[in-house]
Amino acid sequence: MAQALDEVKIGGLGASRKRVEDDRFVVGKGNYTDDFKLPGMLHMEILRSPLAHARIKSIDTSKAWQMPGVHMVLTGDMAAQHNLAWMPTLSYDTQAVLATDKVRFQGQEIACVVADDPYIAKDGCEAIQVEYEPLPVIVNPYQAVAEGAPVIRDDKEGQTDNICYRWDVGDREGTERAFAQADVVSKIELHYPRSHPSPIECCGSIADYNAATTKLTVYMTTQAPHIIRAAVAIVAELPEHMIRIVSPDIGGGFGNKVPVYPGYVCSILCSILLARPIKWIEDKTGNLISTGYARDMYYKGELALRKDGKILAVRFHADTDNGAFFSDAQPTKFKIGLLHSAFACYDIPYAYMTAQGAYTNKAPGGVAYRCSFRVTEAMFFQERAIQTAANDLGMDQAEFRRINLVKDDQFPFRTPYGFLLDSGQYEKCLDVALNAIGYHDFLREKEEARKQGRRLGIGLSTMTEPLGAGNSREYDILGIKMFDCAELRVHPSGKAILKIGSKTQGQGHETTFAQIVSHELGIPAADILVQHGDTDNTPFGMGTYASRSTPTAGAATAMVSRKIRAKARKLAAHLLEVSEEDVEWELGRFYVRSAPNNGVTIQECAMAAYGNMPDGLEPGLENNAYYDPPNMTWPFAAYIVTVEVDPETGVWDVLRMVAVDDCGVRINPMIVEGQIMGGMTEAYAMSNMQFITFDAEGNCVGSNYMDYLLPTAWETPGFELHEVVTPSPHHPIGAKGIGECACVGGPAAFVNAVHDALDDTGVRNIDMPLLPHRVWEALTYKRDVSGAPPLKTDAD
Amino acid sequence: MYPSRFHYEAPRSLAEAFSVLQAYGDEAKVLAGGQSLIPLIKLRFSAPAVIVDINNIPGLDYHEEDSDGSLNIGALCRHRTLERSPLLRSRYPTMAACAPLISDPMVRTRGTLVGSLCHADPQGDWASVMLALGGDIIAQSAKGERAIPASQFVVGPFQNALEPNEIAVRARVPASKGTRSGTYLKLERRVGDFATVGVAVALEASGSTINRAGIALTGVGPSNIQCTEAEQALAGKTLNASTVEQAARLAAQAAQPKTDVRGSAEYKRHIVHTFVMRALSNQQQARAA
Ligand SMILES: Cc1cc2nc3c(=O)[nH]c(=O)nc-3n(C[C@H](O)[C@H](O)[C@H](O)COP(=O)(O)OP(=O)(O)OC[C@H]3O[C@@H](n4cnc5c(N)ncnc54)[C@H](O)[C@@H]3O)c2cc1C
Repeated sequence: MAQALDEVKIGGLGASRKRVEDDRFVVGKGNYTDDFKLPGMLHMEILRSPLAHARIKSIDTSKAWQMPGVHMVLTGDMAAQHNLAWMPTLSYDTQAVLATDKVRFQGQEIACVVADDPYIAKDGCEAIQVEYEPLPVIVNPYQAVAEGAPVIRDDKEGQTDNICYRWDVGDREGTERAFAQADVVSKIELHYPRSHPSPIECCGSIADYNAATTKLTVYMTTQAPHIIRAAVAIVAELPEHMIRIVSPDIGGGFGNKVPVYPGYVCSILCSILLARPIKWIEDKTGNLISTGYARDMYYKGELALRKDGKILAVRFHADTDNGAFFSDAQPTKFKIGLLHSAFACYDIPYAYMTAQGAYTNKAPGGVAYRCSFRVTEAMFFQERAIQTAANDLGMDQAEFRRINLVKDDQFPFRTPYGFLLDSGQYEKCLDVALNAIGYHDFLREKEEARKQGRRLGIGLSTMTEPLGAGNSREYDILGIKMFDCAELRVHPSGKAILKIGSKTQGQGHETTFAQIVSHELGIPAADILVQHGDTDNTPFGMGTYASRSTPTAGAATAMVSRKIRAKARKLAAHLLEVSEEDVEWELGRFYVRSAPNNGVTIQECAMAAYGNMPDGLEPGLENNAYYDPPNMTWPFAAYIVTVEVDPETGVWDVLRMVAVDDCGVRINPMIVEGQIMGGMTEAYAMSNMQFITFDAEGNCVGSNYMDYLLPTAWETPGFELHEVVTPSPHHPIGAKGIGECACVGGPAAFVNAVHDALDDTGVRNIDMPLLPHRVWEALTYKRDVSGAPPLKTDAD
Repeated sequence: MYPSRFHYEAPRSLAEAFSVLQAYGDEAKVLAGGQSLIPLIKLRFSAPAVIVDINNIPGLDYHEEDSDGSLNIGALCRHRTLERSPLLRSRYPTMAACAPLISDPMVRTRGTLVGSLCHADPQGDWASVMLALGGDIIAQSAKGERAIPASQFVVGPFQNALEPNEIAVRARVPASKGTRSGTYLKLERRVGDFATVGVAVALEASGSTINRAGIALTGVGPSNIQCTEAEQALAGKTLNASTVEQAARLAAQAAQPKTDVRGSAEYKRHIVHTFVMRALSNQQQARAA
């Protein structure tokens, strides 16, 4: 009998296959946007506002126009002639492309200069003279709604305050009734600081408008090329089939490369006006001060508790600082993303939440930094509230979680905010984590150390999060429903090309999506090329963010492979001269049920599709499939961190970090672990050092890497990884998505650990990041420490 | 990076460098390791018309002891060389402790000690070390040499006492009055970060008697601060709980910290106190052992 294929050997499901994209990256042969050089290409640089809020009295560009090598100086007034001074945002607001009336945040785009090279373009920007009339500055949502606050968005008809949305969800009365019955009400207030995804590659584009063919090609740094094409069609009023968006290799996205930025629009407009290719590559400061931020949310919440530890209800309010324009990238219906996924993993009968967004004089925010739509904030708030509640009850924090976690036999479980959890083994994950860290031993160690004046702490974070937006009944962006597509073409020799609508930025799709095909068809992964990122030759897809690629495009890949297999079965029956019903499948091969040695490989079927098809069967072996997920996927994680705090300096060190992730079936375990370690590094970063703040004048503190601190290999702790597998019930191969879990659930574990080390001080909250001076202040004065802007300076 | 246009000169001898500086006056800037100058011109905070790259001048990359026992560090001696120097490790503990705390390996490979002193950044670490050691800077022009004490070299934030036609050719640490001990402690938020607070302590002792004490602070004033009173409180004494505490208190008083993103003035003053305590207590313990 023919030897069955070894799935791991051919690079199928479960193979820790090396990333195929890395070969070109490590030898410097990747092709990033900035690597493209088109004939006749010019360079564009942007002039940004030094002030956070000011009326523009005049802009004098005459000197810049006179500089040799300058081809164009574009201002908002000129853009307005093409109806492009403003553009719509993904949240149905408007955003200035180039400021005409006012500047509304430091770093806002005022003009751009197109020149022979970027040096001249930069000189040109410096030669532009702008006269400003400074206005009062707002840097947090409370200032925004204070009496007498200046209206930032006076461009919007009917806008008389600084509120950009209000939202609520849940059962208000039921929640109130539950609170009336509580033994203990545990409250906490905190701020999730503004953070920047900060990919290594900044944003950029090369717009190439061909006046002869009227086709516009844009090479650009986008995580969602197909949505961008739709957006460009709307913004620039060009026919969609005459727009081609090419998203080449991307040097990191993390959500930063989802929005449409003024720089993209300006390069397109300049290319149309000059009929030359225009390259715009943002510098690091430009990226840090002007492009999509994340977080910047204030939480006020309370849990209704019974003495025995049962949570009866949760109620909270969130204030978001949206910056000058409401440009969150999230499904239309949800004004504050999926914040109401908070507390999903706990069996809480009643819940109610309210939210309000405010305009401030800060760059527009609201991108989902390595999470699906505000889920990072949700899970951080949740786990900080859970730890505080356990303390308020005087109960062990692991035990308190165990009591309230949704049990295995409760699935499918409807959360009080309306989500449907479909699967999980929450307690098991918790137990694996507790065992791994040696929970009770550590508690004893902590107690011993405390007697000697040393401060140890342990922090837990358990959470499930909705990934893979989404199901099309609830989720859309710009009216387009959030499903995804895959196209598969198997060539005569059995080698295949898979085309998908998502777009990798480091996740390894070129590796893992081939593995899905390999799993379904038995074609070695090395024989499958994955293509993506070019709207002219890939199927429609909503892009890569929210850990959605495997749940949607990955599912579509499995489904299209199954369609191919179904056709191959007909070809096999023809080749084996039996009827289709008598044909059996094993990985990579069809055989006759009664004579297993009599078989044909998938490659032989492929050849037959082009050279020996039965009468009446359409030639070729290709197809496409759309996957419209019936639900999100719900991975679960249990993270535990132990720390030691130096009481004299407030410096804290991570002793151990244990991560247990249940992301369903793991396609490529090595890549999954890489994703967890990367996410955990970002979690550590946000808890320890990484944030952007603003002084009272709206100056951005964090505009370069000396101020915006990303951890290096030196301070990043080691991570101990464990797994539990509960397959997704609806995903064709049971995968759930993993890209973001650690970044979402991780921060609370670190922060809870430091708070645990201070558990005898009465301190309820120190805002992230837990900088040494904040920890020292909390410990010394036994008080909470707020990190909200404006930054405290000597001027105060 | 897109700096403003500049003219570039790469002299091959000091004589040639002096004549270039003479020709351009204060339009010219010396380029050593470039680790401070290049970030400035990249951000266009500085736009010198002429850059005089001294990296091609032979004979400036050294650090060695003179016959009189003083240590000379040439203008092109990199942080990295000092970090790895057996000489520093055996006889200059404060310098040896500081070198690996300067930024990260990339910066250390290019940046120079003399360049750091010239840059006069109040958060530069080497200036505190030089103050604590009582060092000076040797400036040279076509006309000759002069020595400028480290305590007079910095005239303000990012301003030094050099004339436009001068190059700092070396820094010098005088011979020790006894056995050296000491350290450099730095609170940083991350590797590669400038100091929230840095404390340099350098002691020269005969037996347990301190002949000379140097204490200087980084990041807590408009320039690096020499803690003269704290130094005097230790001179001629031995280290014990009360002298250590007194020195720490005086050093904390000498600090002029500001509240900013790295913490409150109060916190930084507290860290000065803590670090002086730690540095001196460690020396005390080391001696006892
Ligand atoms: C990311 C980063 C992190 C850093 N972190 C730290 C840190 O933690 N601690 C710290 O102390 N420093 C730090 N630095 C600064 C670093 O130490 C620099 O190397 C040093 O400040 C300047 O030395 P340089 O040789 O690079 O000088 P350059 O950048 O070449 O010059 C600096 C200035 O000094 C002048 N100059 C240089 N040499 C001479 C000379 N021989 N004669 C006359 N003028 C001269 C130049 O004209 C210029 O004005 C950091 C730098 C970077 C980029």
